[in-house]
Amino acid sequence: MLFLSQCINGLQLGSIYALVALGYSMVYGIIRLLNFAHGDVIMIGAYIALLTIGAGVNPALAVVLTIFGCVFISVLIERVAYRPLRSAPRISLLITAIGVSLLLQNVTQLLFTANTRPYPGSAIIPSKALKLGGLSLSLTTIVTILVSVGSMIALHLLIQKTRMGKAMRAVSEDTGAAQLMGIDINRVISVTFAIGSALAGIGSVLFCCRYPVVNPNIGSMLGLKAFVAAVLGGIGSIPGAVVGGFAIGFAEVLVTALGFSAWTDAVVFAILILVLLFKPAGLLGRGVAEKV
Amino acid sequence: MMLEVTDLNVYYGNIRALKDVSFSVEEGEIMTLIGANGAGKTTTLLTLSGLKKPQSGTIRFLGKDITKTTPQSRVAMGISQSPEGRRVFPGLTVLENLEMGAYLRRDDFSGDMEKVFTYFPRLKERKKQTAGTLSGGEQQMLAMGRALMSRPKLMLLDEPSMGLSPLLVSEIFAIIQRLHEAGTTILLVEQNAALALKLAHRAAVMETGRIVLSGTGEELSRSPEVQKAYLGG
Repeated sequence: MLFLSQCINGLQLGSIYALVALGYSMVYGIIRLLNFAHGDVIMIGAYIALLTIGAGVNPALAVVLTIFGCVFISVLIERVAYRPLRSAPRISLLITAIGVSLLLQNVTQLLFTANTRPYPGSAIIPSKALKLGGLSLSLTTIVTILVSVGSMIALHLLIQKTRMGKAMRAVSEDTGAAQLMGIDINRVISVTFAIGSALAGIGSVLFCCRYPVVNPNIGSMLGLKAFVAAVLGGIGSIPGAVVGGFAIGFAEVLVTALGFSAWTDAVVFAILILVLLFKPAGLLGRGVAEKV
Repeated sequence: MMLEVTDLNVYYGNIRALKDVSFSVEEGEIMTLIGANGAGKTTTLLTLSGLKKPQSGTIRFLGKDITKTTPQSRVAMGISQSPEGRRVFPGLTVLENLEMGAYLRRDDFSGDMEKVFTYFPRLKERKKQTAGTLSGGEQQMLAMGRALMSRPKLMLLDEPSMGLSPLLVSEIFAIIQRLHEAGTTILLVEQNAALALKLAHRAAVMETGRIVLSGTGEELSRSPEVQKAYLGG
């Protein structure tokens, strides 16, 4: 029974990492950018929920505002910071992403101080426990797993079946050829950022319901772990991000369950080092395929 | 005149890849650009599709200046390209690749898909396969079929014979002839000069970014310079 409840615990944490890792991987797939500001967008989302609920906004509406806020800020970042560098070397883009990440953290600190504040998680998902057989599950856990899996299925259908989803795959495989088809790549890139950050917004709510404390730095560690998840699964690969996210979630829960909770971060980054050493393309990555 | 290119200059960094290139394509004809590797043929086609920006010069299509327009607006106007090296989307299925060719069309394009399948029956057999699993010849057919899906007025074909067996090359060229007979204007870039000149009404020879000779296909195949340099005569 303990084993089962730890598995569900891993599923909850893993599904949050997977949601965040999807945003990383989608953006990387389409413009080959490691968007290090992704985690900080999640932090911004946490502040949006915190402040709106604090101001008396209905929690359901606050969740919607969080998601839209994350989408708005990501699309704005892409438009202002990344698009002008479309033909610049990739290292310039990477440095810009790190710069944007620092900017978001510091502006937030300036506006709201560095103090840690409580997140109104129980206003969003009531803290109830449900008994299933001998198993006691919190409502947060159940909602997290269901919402994440639902989002992933929706994303899968969008990417596989819709015209925009196919265009996204085409742009990520060959941008120039996609332009020859008449695909407006700037639009596709904006939509990719929007979808990735909508998932980040959902991830923000779910993550903060699990760890209900907010400060300007909460996004960076979550972002880095999701990045490790994306690399583990194979960066650029959508199923890879999901597999990597769950793997990292389970690894953390396992390490904690074994009594080494102080070591969870170290284990996650050790996984990154091992992946980069032995399987740099990741579990489901395509590797560096030469175009024929 | 369908397409009129005037004094086009294109740079890759400091390297001038096209030097005052001027030529035209008339409605309904097959025009070909021949020349060695690095002569600027592919750059010319990429500039016509809007993927390379010219430093100077103009491109007019159906009387309109399109030099500064986006690639997607050129596709919408009726220019489509089957690029060098095919560049099909390897992870998308044959069907999805064809759908991408029709990306800008909001009408029903199932008839055009059927038409592509009559030109290339092999694509129909493989329509659910991903393009990366196709042979080189099939990928070439897919690239051409994909370019047809936008119902182009002008089709740009870059090296359709590259890397294919002689049998497949003649199959592809027979289809180019059929497309021409169906009314599509074609600008063909080829290293296989003998074949291209046989098919084309008019032709131009490119060398290191310039057009050095032009005339009818027949004239050029009889020209001593062309025979020496490109026809192995």
